[in-house]
Amino acid sequence: MIKLVDVDKYFGSLHVLKNYNLTVGEGEKLVIIGPSGSGKSTAIRCINGLEEPTSGHVYINNEELTHKNHIELVRRHCSMVFQQFNLYPHMSVLRNITLALTKLQKKTKAEADEIAYTYLDLVGLREKADSYPAMLSGGQQQRVAIARALATQRKILLFDEPTSALDPEMVQEVLDVMIKLSEQSITMVVVTHEMGFARQVADRIVFMDDGVIVEEGTPDAFFSNPTNERTRLFLSKILR
Amino acid sequence: MTGNGPFAWWRWQRLFSDFSLILGGFGRTLLVAALALLLALVLGTILGLFSASHSKILHAITRIYVEIFQNTPLVIQIFFYYNALPYAGVVLSSFMIGILGVGVYHGAYVAEVIRAGIGSIPGGQMEAARSQGFTNFQAMVYIILPQTIKIILPPLTNLAVNLIKNTSILAIIAGGDLMYHANSWASNGTLSYGPAYVVAGVLYFILCFPLAVWARRYENKLKNREFVTAETVELISEVIEC
Ligand SMILES: Nc1ncnc2c1ncn2[C@@H]1O[C@H](COP(=O)(O)OP(=O)(O)OP(=O)(O)O)[C@@H](O)[C@H]1O
Ligand SMILES: [Mg+2]
Repeated sequence: MIKLVDVDKYFGSLHVLKNYNLTVGEGEKLVIIGPSGSGKSTAIRCINGLEEPTSGHVYINNEELTHKNHIELVRRHCSMVFQQFNLYPHMSVLRNITLALTKLQKKTKAEADEIAYTYLDLVGLREKADSYPAMLSGGQQQRVAIARALATQRKILLFDEPTSALDPEMVQEVLDVMIKLSEQSITMVVVTHEMGFARQVADRIVFMDDGVIVEEGTPDAFFSNPTNERTRLFLSKILR
Repeated sequence: MTGNGPFAWWRWQRLFSDFSLILGGFGRTLLVAALALLLALVLGTILGLFSASHSKILHAITRIYVEIFQNTPLVIQIFFYYNALPYAGVVLSSFMIGILGVGVYHGAYVAEVIRAGIGSIPGGQMEAARSQGFTNFQAMVYIILPQTIKIILPPLTNLAVNLIKNTSILAIIAGGDLMYHANSWASNGTLSYGPAYVVAGVLYFILCFPLAVWARRYENKLKNREFVTAETVELISEVIEC
C-alpha cells in the first residue's frame, strides 16, 4: 500500500504539490491524469524517493520513506518505467535487465539470465536479448524497460507517461504489455494521456490540476459523469 | 665536419657512443610518466566523483584542489617538495617527487575531465539507476562512468601527452630523467648541447606524437557519431588546455 499524507513540494518558490493526499491500495491499478505541469510526475516520483517532499509523509506498506531508508525501501518495493525509457545504452538488453539482479539481489548470472528471459518472453522480445538499446525501436526499448522493471519482482510498478515519447504506431504494443500486466496482482500507478487504456485497466482514476487532486472515481463514473468543471474542460480537450 | 659548430659531426659521434646514458634517462622518464599518470587518474577520478556528488564539503575540497594546482606553476610545486618539505622532515627522492608532483598536478586536470564527462551523461541514467535501488556510488561505477569512457578518452590522451612533456621539469632537481641526462651529458663534457637537445626532443616526440594523432582521430570519429554532440566533445577539450 502507498500513502502520501499532507505532502507539499516546492521547487524554489514554485509550489508544485499542495497538501497532497493519496492512498493506493495493494494490487490497485491507479491512473493519474491531468494537464502538463500539474505535478503528476512530481507526485509519482515522491513515491520512490526520486523527489523528496518539502513537508509531509510518504508511506510504503506502512513504513515511512525517509532520506535515509529510501534506497532500501525502493529496492524492496518499487520499480519505475520512464517516458524516455532510460535504458543503459552501453549494455545489451539482457544486461540491462540482469544488472540489478546480480549487483543488488546477488543472484548468480545463470539465475539472473533465466529471470530476464522469462520477462523478455512476457514482453515478446526474447530474440533481442543480445541487442543494444540503440538498435531497437522506441516501442521495443520501452518494452525492455518494462521487462527490466518487472525482473526485480517488486510489488509496485510506477509508470510516468510510458507511451508519450513513442511514435503513434508503437503506442499499442506497449499498452498491450501493460494491459497484460494489469491482470497480475501488482500495484500499478500510471501517469498517462491514453484514455482508452485508463478506461480498460484502471480501478480508479485521479485527475490532478495545479498540484491538487481535483476529482477521482472509477472509470465509469469519471468519464460519464465528471462533477468538476476543470475535469470536464480537460476531458473535452483530450477526448476530442 | 671537423669544425666546432653546434652540430659538428664529432659531437654526434660522442653522443651516440654515450647513448646508453640517454636511454637510461628515457627509461626513467617513461617510468615516472607511467606512475604519475596512474596517480593522476586515481586522484582525478576520486575528485571527479566528489564534484558529481551532492555533498557541499566534497565539492569544496575538489574546487580548492583543482584551483590551487591548476593556477600555480608546476615548477613551484616541484621546488616546494624538493626544497621546502625537507624542513618539515619530509625528504623525498627526486624520483618520488616526479611521480607525486607531476601526478598531483595533472590529477587536477583529470578531475575536470571526469566531471565534464559525468555532466555529459543524460540525467535519466542516474534516475533509472536510483529507481532500481542503486546508490549514487553504485550508479556511478556501473552505469555512469562506463558511459563516459568513450568521450573522455581523447582529452585524457592529450593530458597524457602534456604529462609526459612536463616530466622534463625533473631536470631542474636532478631527476635522472631524459632531459636531465641529455643536459648534464652536454654540460659536463664537450658542451654538445645541440645534438643532446635534438635527440632528447626526438625521443619525447616519439612518445607524444602517436598519442596526439590517435586522440585527434578518435575525437573526430566521435564528433560524427550521433550520441555524442560536437559541443560536448569541445567542452571537454577546452577543460584540458593545460
Ligand atoms: N526539478 C525541478 N526543478 C524545478 N522545477 C521543476 C522540477 N521538476 C518539475 N518542476 C516544475 O514543477 C511543475 C510540475 O512538474 P511535473 O513534472 O510534476 O508536471 P507534470 O504534471 O508531470 O507535467 P507533464 O505532463 O508536462 O509531464 C512544473 O511547473 C515543472 O516545471
Ligand atoms: Mg510529467
